[in-house]
Amino acid sequence: MKRYSAFAIAREAMRQHTGWDHAWAKPAPKKKYDVIIVGAGGHGLATAYYLGKNFGITNVAVLEKGWLGGGNTGRNTTIIRSNYLQDPSAAIYEKARSLYETMSQDLNYNVMFSPRGVIMLAQTQHEIRGYRRTAQANALQGVKTEWIGPQRVKELCPIMNIDGPRYPVLGGLYQERGGTARHDAVAWGYARACSDMGMDIIQQCEVTGVRKENGKVVGVDTSKGPIDCDKLGMVVAGHAGVMAQMAGFRLPLESVALQALVSEPIKPCMDVVVMANTVHGYMSQSDKGEMVIGGGTDAFNNYTQRGSFHHIEETVRALVETFPMISRLKMLRQWGGIVDVTGDRSPILSKTPVDGVFVNCGWGTGGFKAIPGSGWAMAELMAKGQSPLTDEFSMFRFREGKFIDESVAAGVAH
Amino acid sequence: MLTLKCPYCGVDADETDLHAGGEAHLKREGPGASDDAFEDYLFMRENPKGVHFERWRHAYGCGKWFLAARCTTTLQVFGTYPAQTLEPPQDIKDAISAQRPGWSWGNFK
Repeated sequence: MKRYSAFAIAREAMRQHTGWDHAWAKPAPKKKYDVIIVGAGGHGLATAYYLGKNFGITNVAVLEKGWLGGGNTGRNTTIIRSNYLQDPSAAIYEKARSLYETMSQDLNYNVMFSPRGVIMLAQTQHEIRGYRRTAQANALQGVKTEWIGPQRVKELCPIMNIDGPRYPVLGGLYQERGGTARHDAVAWGYARACSDMGMDIIQQCEVTGVRKENGKVVGVDTSKGPIDCDKLGMVVAGHAGVMAQMAGFRLPLESVALQALVSEPIKPCMDVVVMANTVHGYMSQSDKGEMVIGGGTDAFNNYTQRGSFHHIEETVRALVETFPMISRLKMLRQWGGIVDVTGDRSPILSKTPVDGVFVNCGWGTGGFKAIPGSGWAMAELMAKGQSPLTDEFSMFRFREGKFIDESVAAGVAH
Repeated sequence: MLTLKCPYCGVDADETDLHAGGEAHLKREGPGASDDAFEDYLFMRENPKGVHFERWRHAYGCGKWFLAARCTTTLQVFGTYPAQTLEPPQDIKDAISAQRPGWSWGNFK
Protein backbone atom coordinates (compact mmCIF):
# COMPACT_ATOMS: atom_id res chain seq x y z
CA MET A 1 0.00 0.00 0.00
CA LYS A 2 1.36 3.39 -0.93
CA ARG A 3 0.96 5.73 2.00
CA TYR A 4 -1.06 8.89 1.61
CA SER A 5 0.87 11.99 2.65
CA ALA A 6 1.49 15.59 1.71
CA PHE A 7 4.61 14.34 -0.04
CA ALA A 8 2.55 11.83 -2.06
CA ILE A 9 0.24 14.62 -3.24
CA ALA A 10 3.23 16.73 -4.30
CA ARG A 11 4.80 13.75 -6.06
CA GLU A 12 1.61 12.93 -7.95
CA ALA A 13 1.05 16.57 -8.83
CA MET A 14 4.35 16.41 -10.71
CA ARG A 15 3.18 13.49 -12.88
CA GLN A 16 -0.46 14.23 -13.65
CA HIS A 17 -1.72 11.96 -10.83
CA THR A 18 -0.89 8.78 -12.73
CA GLY A 19 0.63 6.99 -9.75
CA TRP A 20 -2.35 6.49 -7.47
CA ASP A 21 -3.33 2.86 -6.77
CA HIS A 22 -6.84 1.59 -6.27
CA ALA A 23 -7.60 1.95 -2.58
CA TRP A 24 -8.67 -1.70 -2.35
CA ALA A 25 -8.53 -4.75 -4.60
CA LYS A 26 -11.58 -6.39 -6.17
CA PRO A 27 -10.76 -10.10 -6.03
CA ALA A 28 -12.90 -13.10 -6.97
CA PRO A 29 -13.84 -15.21 -3.94
CA LYS A 30 -11.53 -18.06 -2.90
CA LYS A 31 -12.95 -21.48 -2.04
CA LYS A 32 -12.35 -21.16 1.68
CA TYR A 33 -11.56 -18.54 4.31
CA ASP A 34 -10.86 -18.80 8.03
CA VAL A 35 -13.43 -16.09 8.68
CA ILE A 36 -16.23 -14.69 6.54
CA ILE A 37 -17.80 -11.40 7.55
CA VAL A 38 -21.14 -10.69 5.92
CA GLY A 39 -21.68 -6.98 5.40
CA ALA A 40 -19.07 -4.48 4.20
CA GLY A 41 -20.39 -1.54 6.14
CA GLY A 42 -18.44 0.22 8.84
CA HIS A 43 -19.01 -2.44 11.50
CA GLY A 44 -18.17 -5.37 9.20
CA LEU A 45 -15.01 -3.77 7.83
CA ALA A 46 -13.92 -2.67 11.31
CA THR A 47 -14.42 -6.25 12.55
CA ALA A 48 -12.23 -7.55 9.73
CA TYR A 49 -9.62 -4.85 10.32
CA TYR A 50 -9.23 -5.62 14.04
CA LEU A 51 -9.22 -9.39 13.38
CA GLY A 52 -6.12 -8.74 11.29
CA LYS A 53 -4.54 -6.01 13.35
CA ASN A 54 -5.13 -7.34 16.86
CA PHE A 55 -5.21 -11.10 16.26
CA GLY A 56 -3.25 -11.70 13.05
CA ILE A 57 -6.21 -13.37 11.34
CA THR A 58 -5.98 -12.20 7.74
CA ASN A 59 -7.49 -15.07 5.74
CA VAL A 60 -10.75 -13.15 5.84
CA ALA A 61 -13.43 -12.31 3.29
CA VAL A 62 -15.92 -9.48 3.69
CA LEU A 63 -19.01 -10.14 1.55
CA GLU A 64 -21.29 -7.31 0.52
CA LYS A 65 -24.50 -7.68 -1.48
CA GLY A 66 -24.48 -4.06 -2.63
CA TRP A 67 -21.52 -1.76 -2.55
CA LEU A 68 -19.05 -1.01 0.18
CA GLY A 69 -20.46 1.37 2.78
CA GLY A 70 -23.69 1.72 0.79
CA GLY A 71 -26.09 0.84 3.57
CA ASN A 72 -26.48 2.68 6.86
CA THR A 73 -22.78 3.63 6.90
CA GLY A 74 -23.54 6.01 4.05
CA ARG A 75 -26.95 7.05 5.38
CA ASN A 76 -26.42 8.34 8.90
CA THR A 77 -25.87 11.79 10.34
CA THR A 78 -22.24 11.02 11.37
CA ILE A 79 -22.64 11.93 15.04
CA ILE A 80 -20.09 10.52 17.49
CA ARG A 81 -20.69 10.58 21.25
CA SER A 82 -20.43 8.22 24.21
CA ASN A 83 -22.64 9.82 26.86
CA TYR A 84 -24.67 6.69 27.61
CA LEU A 85 -26.16 5.78 30.96
CA GLN A 86 -25.31 2.12 31.53
CA ASP A 87 -21.76 0.88 32.18
CA PRO A 88 -21.54 -1.67 29.34
CA SER A 89 -22.74 0.96 26.83
CA ALA A 90 -20.35 3.60 28.09
CA ALA A 91 -17.49 1.10 27.82
CA ILE A 92 -18.04 0.17 24.19
CA TYR A 93 -19.11 3.62 22.95
CA GLU A 94 -16.22 5.33 24.74
CA LYS A 95 -13.84 2.75 23.28
CA ALA A 96 -15.22 3.67 19.87
CA ARG A 97 -14.98 7.41 20.48
CA SER A 98 -11.39 7.11 21.66
CA LEU A 99 -10.47 5.05 18.58
CA TYR A 100 -11.99 7.74 16.37
CA GLU A 101 -9.51 10.22 17.86
CA THR A 102 -6.55 8.51 16.20
CA MET A 103 -8.32 6.74 13.34
CA SER A 104 -6.95 8.96 10.57
CA GLN A 105 -3.40 8.22 11.71
CA ASP A 106 -4.05 4.52 12.37
CA LEU A 107 -5.57 3.94 8.93
CA ASN A 108 -3.47 6.53 7.06
CA TYR A 109 -6.80 7.77 5.74
CA ASN A 110 -8.37 11.11 6.60
CA VAL A 111 -11.71 10.36 8.23
CA MET A 112 -12.13 14.03 9.14
CA PHE A 113 -12.92 13.32 12.78
CA SER A 114 -14.10 16.63 14.18
CA PRO A 115 -14.50 16.66 17.98
CA ARG A 116 -16.64 19.77 17.87
CA GLY A 117 -18.78 18.89 20.87
CA VAL A 118 -22.25 17.42 21.24
CA ILE A 119 -25.05 19.02 23.27
CA MET A 120 -28.15 17.05 24.16
CA LEU A 121 -30.77 19.62 25.07
CA ALA A 122 -32.96 19.32 28.12
CA GLN A 123 -36.33 20.86 27.31
CA THR A 124 -38.44 19.37 30.08
CA GLN A 125 -37.95 18.93 33.82
CA HIS A 126 -37.81 15.19 33.22
CA GLU A 127 -34.90 15.60 30.83
CA ILE A 128 -33.01 17.77 33.32
CA ARG A 129 -33.19 14.97 35.86
CA GLY A 130 -32.32 12.35 33.24
CA TYR A 131 -29.27 14.14 31.89
CA ARG A 132 -27.98 15.13 35.33
CA ARG A 133 -28.13 11.48 36.22
CA THR A 134 -26.30 10.58 33.01
CA ALA A 135 -23.62 13.19 33.72
CA GLN A 136 -23.06 11.62 37.16
CA ALA A 137 -22.95 8.14 35.67
CA ASN A 138 -20.48 9.28 33.00
CA ALA A 139 -18.22 10.77 35.69
CA LEU A 140 -18.08 7.37 37.39
CA GLN A 141 -17.47 5.63 34.06
CA GLY A 142 -14.60 7.94 33.14
CA VAL A 143 -16.50 9.50 30.24
CA LYS A 144 -16.03 13.25 30.25
CA THR A 145 -19.42 14.96 30.03
CA GLU A 146 -20.94 17.84 31.93
CA TRP A 147 -24.31 19.34 32.70
CA ILE A 148 -24.47 22.93 31.40
CA GLY A 149 -27.05 25.66 31.90
CA PRO A 150 -29.07 27.42 29.21
CA GLN A 151 -26.73 30.43 28.97
CA ARG A 152 -23.77 28.17 28.25
CA VAL A 153 -25.86 26.37 25.62
CA LYS A 154 -26.56 29.75 24.01
CA GLU A 155 -22.84 30.64 24.07
CA LEU A 156 -21.93 27.37 22.38
CA CYS A 157 -24.68 27.65 19.79
CA PRO A 158 -25.73 31.30 19.31
CA ILE A 159 -28.25 30.55 16.55
CA MET A 160 -30.44 28.76 19.06
CA ASN A 161 -33.58 30.29 20.53
CA ILE A 162 -33.49 29.15 24.15
CA ASP A 163 -36.72 30.89 25.21
CA GLY A 164 -39.24 28.49 23.82
CA PRO A 165 -42.10 29.33 23.74
CA ARG A 166 -43.28 25.75 23.83
CA TYR A 167 -40.03 23.96 24.66
CA PRO A 168 -37.53 26.39 26.22
CA VAL A 169 -33.95 25.16 26.53
CA LEU A 170 -33.39 24.42 30.22
CA GLY A 171 -29.82 23.18 29.90
CA GLY A 172 -27.96 20.37 28.27
CA LEU A 173 -25.66 17.39 28.57
CA TYR A 174 -22.44 18.45 26.90
CA GLN A 175 -19.72 16.13 25.66
CA GLU A 176 -16.83 18.26 24.51
CA ARG A 177 -14.98 15.44 22.74
CA GLY A 178 -18.00 14.22 20.83
CA GLY A 179 -18.47 15.36 17.27
CA THR A 180 -18.67 14.09 13.73
CA ALA A 181 -16.57 12.25 11.15
CA ARG A 182 -16.77 11.67 7.43
CA HIS A 183 -18.90 8.52 7.29
CA ASP A 184 -17.84 7.21 3.86
CA ALA A 185 -14.19 7.74 4.69
CA VAL A 186 -14.52 5.50 7.74
CA ALA A 187 -15.67 2.60 5.53
CA TRP A 188 -13.16 3.40 2.80
CA GLY A 189 -10.27 3.73 5.25
CA TYR A 190 -11.02 0.38 6.87
CA ALA A 191 -11.51 -1.25 3.45
CA ARG A 192 -8.15 0.02 2.24
CA ALA A 193 -6.40 -1.21 5.37
CA CYS A 194 -8.14 -4.63 5.18
CA SER A 195 -7.24 -5.03 1.52
CA ASP A 196 -3.65 -4.13 2.38
CA MET A 197 -3.55 -6.96 4.93
CA GLY A 198 -4.58 -9.39 2.17
CA MET A 199 -8.25 -9.67 3.03
CA ASP A 200 -10.76 -10.03 0.21
CA ILE A 201 -13.59 -7.49 0.02
CA ILE A 202 -16.14 -8.95 -2.38
CA GLN A 203 -18.91 -6.62 -3.47
CA GLN A 204 -22.12 -7.50 -5.33
CA CYS A 205 -22.00 -10.87 -3.60
CA GLU A 206 -25.25 -11.64 -1.79
CA VAL A 207 -25.38 -14.41 0.79
CA THR A 208 -28.36 -16.65 0.05
CA GLY A 209 -27.87 -19.43 2.56
CA VAL A 210 -25.83 -20.61 5.54
CA ARG A 211 -24.47 -24.17 5.38
CA LYS A 212 -24.18 -26.14 8.61
CA GLU A 213 -22.91 -29.59 9.57
CA ASN A 214 -23.64 -31.05 13.02
CA GLY A 215 -24.75 -27.67 14.34
CA LYS A 216 -21.59 -25.93 13.17
CA VAL A 217 -21.23 -23.50 10.31
CA VAL A 218 -19.15 -24.73 7.36
CA GLY A 219 -19.81 -22.07 4.76
CA VAL A 220 -22.24 -19.84 2.95
CA ASP A 221 -24.02 -19.94 -0.40
CA THR A 222 -23.72 -16.72 -2.33
CA SER A 223 -24.67 -15.21 -5.66
CA LYS A 224 -21.03 -15.90 -6.64
CA GLY A 225 -21.15 -19.55 -5.59
CA PRO A 226 -20.53 -21.41 -2.33
CA ILE A 227 -17.69 -20.27 -0.06
CA ASP A 228 -16.42 -22.32 2.90
CA CYS A 229 -15.43 -20.86 6.25
CA ASP A 230 -14.60 -21.83 9.84
CA LYS A 231 -16.26 -18.82 11.43
CA LEU A 232 -19.02 -16.56 10.20
CA GLY A 233 -19.73 -13.04 11.41
CA MET A 234 -23.09 -11.53 10.52
CA VAL A 235 -22.81 -7.76 10.54
CA VAL A 236 -25.74 -6.74 8.38
CA ALA A 237 -27.76 -4.23 10.45
CA GLY A 238 -31.34 -4.08 9.13
CA HIS A 239 -31.08 -7.47 7.47
CA ALA A 240 -29.84 -9.26 10.60
CA GLY A 241 -33.22 -10.97 10.97
CA VAL A 242 -33.07 -12.27 7.41
CA MET A 243 -29.54 -13.63 7.91
CA ALA A 244 -30.51 -15.23 11.23
CA GLN A 245 -33.39 -16.99 9.51
CA MET A 246 -30.91 -18.47 7.00
CA ALA A 247 -28.85 -19.79 9.90
CA GLY A 248 -31.95 -21.13 11.65
CA PHE A 249 -32.46 -18.92 14.70
CA ARG A 250 -34.45 -15.83 15.62
CA LEU A 251 -33.36 -12.47 16.97
CA PRO A 252 -35.23 -10.02 19.19
CA LEU A 253 -35.16 -7.33 16.51
CA GLU A 254 -37.50 -5.30 14.37
CA SER A 255 -36.30 -3.43 11.28
CA VAL A 256 -37.66 0.05 10.74
CA ALA A 257 -36.82 3.04 8.55
CA LEU A 258 -34.83 5.99 9.89
CA GLN A 259 -34.54 9.12 7.79
CA ALA A 260 -32.21 12.07 7.52
CA LEU A 261 -32.01 15.13 5.33
CA VAL A 262 -29.67 17.97 4.46
CA SER A 263 -30.35 21.59 3.56
CA GLU A 264 -28.76 23.72 0.89
CA PRO A 265 -25.25 24.79 1.94
CA ILE A 266 -24.99 28.02 3.92
CA LYS A 267 -22.15 29.92 5.60
CA PRO A 268 -20.78 28.46 8.84
CA CYS A 269 -23.29 29.16 11.61
CA MET A 270 -23.05 26.25 14.02
CA ASP A 271 -19.93 24.45 15.22
CA VAL A 272 -21.47 21.96 17.63
CA VAL A 273 -23.85 19.04 17.23
CA VAL A 274 -27.21 19.68 18.90
CA MET A 275 -29.71 16.98 19.73
CA ALA A 276 -33.21 17.72 20.98
CA ASN A 277 -34.77 14.46 22.04
CA THR A 278 -38.06 15.77 23.39
CA VAL A 279 -39.03 17.20 20.02
CA HIS A 280 -37.32 14.46 17.97
CA GLY A 281 -34.71 16.36 16.05
CA TYR A 282 -30.96 16.79 15.83
CA MET A 283 -28.76 18.95 13.68
CA SER A 284 -25.17 19.75 12.80
CA GLN A 285 -23.45 21.60 9.97
CA SER A 286 -21.28 19.72 7.51
CA ASP A 287 -17.99 21.02 6.19
CA LYS A 288 -19.79 21.82 2.94
CA GLY A 289 -22.18 24.05 4.87
CA GLU A 290 -25.27 21.87 4.67
CA MET A 291 -27.36 21.56 7.79
CA VAL A 292 -27.54 17.82 8.48
CA ILE A 293 -30.83 16.92 10.15
CA GLY A 294 -32.17 13.72 11.62
CA GLY A 295 -35.24 12.69 13.53
CA GLY A 296 -37.13 9.68 14.80
CA THR A 297 -37.81 6.34 13.19
CA ASP A 298 -41.01 5.23 11.55
CA ALA A 299 -43.14 3.03 13.76
CA PHE A 300 -43.66 0.03 11.49
CA ASN A 301 -41.45 -2.71 10.01
CA ASN A 302 -40.02 -1.68 6.70
CA TYR A 303 -37.25 -2.76 4.32
CA THR A 304 -37.73 -0.13 1.62
CA GLN A 305 -34.99 2.34 2.66
CA ARG A 306 -37.72 4.97 2.36
CA GLY A 307 -39.46 6.61 5.28
CA SER A 308 -42.74 8.38 5.83
CA PHE A 309 -42.85 12.00 4.76
CA HIS A 310 -44.73 13.19 7.80
CA HIS A 311 -41.78 12.25 10.02
CA ILE A 312 -39.62 14.73 8.15
CA GLU A 313 -42.28 17.35 8.63
CA GLU A 314 -42.38 16.65 12.37
CA THR A 315 -38.60 16.81 12.68
CA VAL A 316 -38.22 20.06 10.78
CA ARG A 317 -41.22 21.65 12.48
CA ALA A 318 -39.67 20.90 15.86
CA LEU A 319 -36.24 22.24 14.93
CA VAL A 320 -37.62 25.48 13.49
CA GLU A 321 -38.80 26.53 16.95
CA THR A 322 -35.36 26.04 18.48
CA PHE A 323 -33.41 27.22 15.39
CA PRO A 324 -35.62 29.95 13.85
CA MET A 325 -33.02 30.82 11.19
CA ILE A 326 -33.49 27.50 9.38
CA SER A 327 -37.14 28.25 8.61
CA ARG A 328 -36.37 29.52 5.10
CA LEU A 329 -33.74 26.97 4.16
CA LYS A 330 -34.49 24.72 1.23
CA MET A 331 -33.89 21.05 1.84
CA LEU A 332 -31.65 19.43 -0.76
CA ARG A 333 -31.73 15.71 -0.16
CA GLN A 334 -33.53 13.22 2.00
CA TRP A 335 -32.85 9.53 2.45
CA GLY A 336 -33.69 6.56 4.63
CA GLY A 337 -31.90 3.54 6.03
CA ILE A 338 -33.17 0.35 7.63
CA VAL A 339 -32.18 0.07 11.27
CA ASP A 340 -32.60 -2.98 13.48
CA VAL A 341 -33.96 -2.08 16.88
CA THR A 342 -33.90 -4.24 20.02
CA GLY A 343 -36.26 -4.02 22.96
CA ASP A 344 -33.73 -2.29 25.25
CA ARG A 345 -32.23 -0.11 22.47
CA SER A 346 -28.81 -1.71 23.00
CA PRO A 347 -26.89 -3.74 20.42
CA ILE A 348 -26.30 -7.46 20.22
CA LEU A 349 -22.71 -8.73 19.93
CA SER A 350 -22.98 -12.38 20.61
CA LYS A 351 -22.40 -16.03 19.98
CA THR A 352 -25.46 -17.70 18.50
CA PRO A 353 -27.15 -21.10 18.75
CA VAL A 354 -25.08 -22.13 15.70
CA ASP A 355 -21.47 -23.01 16.50
CA GLY A 356 -19.05 -20.68 14.72
CA VAL A 357 -21.67 -18.08 13.89
CA PHE A 358 -21.38 -14.69 15.58
CA VAL A 359 -23.77 -11.81 15.26
CA ASN A 360 -23.23 -8.06 15.55
CA CYS A 361 -26.50 -6.19 15.12
CA GLY A 362 -29.18 -4.22 16.90
CA TRP A 363 -27.30 -0.92 16.83
CA GLY A 364 -30.62 0.59 15.93
CA THR A 365 -30.53 4.29 15.27
CA GLY A 366 -27.00 4.88 16.54
CA GLY A 367 -24.48 2.58 14.94
CA PHE A 368 -22.10 4.99 13.24
CA LYS A 369 -20.56 6.34 16.44
CA ALA A 370 -19.80 2.81 17.58
CA ILE A 371 -18.04 1.51 14.47
CA PRO A 372 -14.45 1.20 15.75
CA GLY A 373 -15.43 -0.03 19.21
CA SER A 374 -17.89 -2.50 17.74
CA GLY A 375 -15.28 -3.84 15.33
CA TRP A 376 -12.67 -4.05 18.09
CA ALA A 377 -15.02 -5.98 20.40
CA MET A 378 -16.48 -8.21 17.67
CA ALA A 379 -12.99 -9.17 16.47
CA GLU A 380 -12.03 -10.19 20.01
CA LEU A 381 -15.27 -12.14 20.41
CA MET A 382 -14.70 -13.99 17.13
CA ALA A 383 -11.00 -14.64 17.73
CA LYS A 384 -11.13 -15.67 21.40
CA GLY A 385 -14.78 -16.61 21.91
CA GLN A 386 -15.15 -13.96 24.60
CA SER A 387 -14.61 -10.24 25.05
CA PRO A 388 -15.10 -8.06 28.12
CA LEU A 389 -16.72 -5.45 25.88
CA THR A 390 -19.36 -7.84 24.54
CA ASP A 391 -20.16 -9.94 27.64
CA GLU A 392 -23.25 -7.92 28.52
CA PHE A 393 -24.48 -7.64 24.91
CA SER A 394 -25.37 -11.30 24.43
CA MET A 395 -28.49 -12.12 22.42
CA PHE A 396 -29.57 -14.27 25.38
CA ARG A 397 -29.72 -11.34 27.83
CA PHE A 398 -33.42 -10.80 27.20
CA ARG A 399 -34.24 -14.26 28.43
CA GLU A 400 -32.31 -13.55 31.65
CA GLY A 401 -33.90 -10.14 32.06
CA LYS A 402 -30.44 -8.54 31.98
CA PHE A 403 -31.39 -5.58 29.84
CA ILE A 404 -29.05 -2.72 29.07
CA ASP A 405 -31.79 -0.15 29.06
CA GLU A 406 -30.73 2.83 26.98
CA SER A 407 -34.14 4.04 25.97
CA VAL A 408 -33.40 7.35 27.70
CA ALA A 409 -30.06 7.89 26.00
CA ALA A 410 -30.90 6.27 22.70
CA GLY A 411 -34.64 5.96 22.32
CA VAL A 412 -34.99 8.83 19.92
CA ALA A 413 -32.02 10.48 18.40
CA HIS A 414 -28.49 9.44 17.59
CA MET B 1 -48.28 7.77 2.72
CA LEU B 2 -49.40 4.40 4.00
CA THR B 3 -53.20 4.10 3.94
CA LEU B 4 -55.09 1.35 5.76
CA LYS B 5 -58.83 0.73 5.69
CA CYS B 6 -60.21 0.51 9.21
CA PRO B 7 -62.33 -2.66 9.27
CA TYR B 8 -64.64 -1.21 11.94
CA CYS B 9 -65.59 2.21 10.62
CA GLY B 10 -64.68 1.60 6.98
CA VAL B 11 -62.57 4.75 6.72
CA ASP B 12 -59.44 4.76 4.56
CA ALA B 13 -57.14 6.06 7.26
CA ASP B 14 -53.80 7.77 6.58
CA GLU B 15 -50.73 6.72 8.51
CA THR B 16 -50.95 9.94 10.54
CA ASP B 17 -54.36 8.83 11.85
CA LEU B 18 -53.03 5.46 12.92
CA HIS B 19 -50.81 4.10 15.65
CA ALA B 20 -48.58 1.11 14.82
CA GLY B 21 -48.78 -1.65 17.42
CA GLY B 22 -46.21 -4.24 16.35
CA GLU B 23 -46.53 -7.90 15.50
CA ALA B 24 -50.00 -9.45 15.25
CA HIS B 25 -51.22 -12.86 16.44
CA LEU B 26 -48.83 -13.05 19.40
CA LYS B 27 -49.78 -15.98 21.56
CA ARG B 28 -49.87 -14.80 25.12
CA GLU B 29 -47.94 -16.99 27.56
CA GLY B 30 -48.68 -17.13 31.25
CA PRO B 31 -47.71 -19.00 34.43
CA GLY B 32 -46.52 -22.51 33.67
CA ALA B 33 -45.13 -21.59 30.26
CA SER B 34 -41.62 -22.74 29.42
CA ASP B 35 -38.78 -20.21 29.45
CA ASP B 36 -38.43 -20.59 25.68
CA ALA B 37 -42.09 -19.86 25.07
CA PHE B 38 -42.02 -16.86 27.37
CA GLU B 39 -38.89 -15.43 25.78
CA ASP B 40 -40.49 -15.85 22.37
CA TYR B 41 -43.68 -14.14 23.49
CA LEU B 42 -41.94 -11.20 25.16
CA PHE B 43 -38.96 -10.48 22.94
CA MET B 44 -38.58 -12.50 19.75
CA ARG B 45 -40.34 -10.94 16.81
CA GLU B 46 -41.16 -11.86 13.25
CA ASN B 47 -39.12 -9.45 11.17
CA PRO B 48 -39.75 -10.68 7.63
CA LYS B 49 -38.62 -9.12 4.40
CA GLY B 50 -41.97 -9.58 2.68
CA VAL B 51 -45.41 -10.53 4.00
CA HIS B 52 -46.04 -9.31 7.54
CA PHE B 53 -49.01 -9.21 9.90
CA GLU B 54 -49.25 -6.40 12.41
CA ARG B 55 -51.51 -4.56 14.82
CA TRP B 56 -52.70 -1.03 14.19
CA ARG B 57 -54.97 1.30 16.10
CA HIS B 58 -57.25 3.81 14.42
CA ALA B 59 -56.02 6.34 16.98
CA TYR B 60 -57.49 9.53 15.51
CA GLY B 61 -60.64 7.82 14.25
CA CYS B 62 -62.78 5.23 15.94
CA GLY B 63 -59.98 4.33 18.35
CA LYS B 64 -60.21 0.57 17.77
CA TRP B 65 -57.40 -1.94 17.29
CA PHE B 66 -57.32 -3.92 14.06
CA LEU B 67 -54.91 -6.15 12.15
CA ALA B 68 -53.30 -5.65 8.75
CA ALA B 69 -51.45 -7.82 6.24
CA ARG B 70 -48.71 -5.83 4.53
CA CYS B 71 -45.53 -6.34 2.55
CA THR B 72 -42.44 -4.80 4.17
CA THR B 73 -40.52 -4.49 0.89
CA THR B 74 -43.20 -2.76 -1.20
CA LEU B 75 -45.55 -1.38 1.49
CA GLN B 76 -48.40 -3.04 -0.45
CA VAL B 77 -51.39 -3.71 1.80
CA PHE B 78 -53.16 -7.05 1.27
CA GLY B 79 -56.04 -6.31 3.58
CA THR B 80 -57.16 -5.42 7.09
CA TYR B 81 -59.37 -7.37 9.48
CA PRO B 82 -60.74 -7.15 13.03
CA ALA B 83 -58.42 -7.78 15.96
CA GLN B 84 -60.66 -10.48 17.45
CA THR B 85 -59.24 -13.23 15.22
CA LEU B 86 -56.68 -15.90 16.04
CA GLU B 87 -55.44 -16.18 12.48
CA PRO B 88 -55.81 -14.25 9.21
CA PRO B 89 -59.16 -14.85 7.48
CA GLN B 90 -59.12 -16.98 4.34
CA ASP B 91 -59.88 -14.09 1.96
CA ILE B 92 -56.80 -12.22 3.24
CA LYS B 93 -54.67 -15.35 2.83
CA ASP B 94 -56.01 -15.77 -0.70
CA ALA B 95 -55.23 -12.14 -1.52
CA ILE B 96 -51.65 -12.67 -0.36
CA SER B 97 -51.28 -15.98 -2.21
CA ALA B 98 -52.40 -14.30 -5.44
CA GLN B 99 -49.56 -11.80 -5.12
CA ARG B 100 -46.90 -13.74 -3.20
CA PRO B 101 -47.24 -17.45 -4.03
CA GLY B 102 -45.62 -19.72 -1.45
CA TRP B 103 -45.56 -17.12 1.34
CA SER B 104 -45.34 -18.13 4.98
CA TRP B 105 -45.28 -16.21 8.24
CA GLY B 106 -44.88 -17.83 11.63
CA ASN B 107 -47.21 -20.83 11.55
CA PHE B 108 -49.40 -19.41 8.79
CA LYS B 109 -49.11 -20.01 5.07
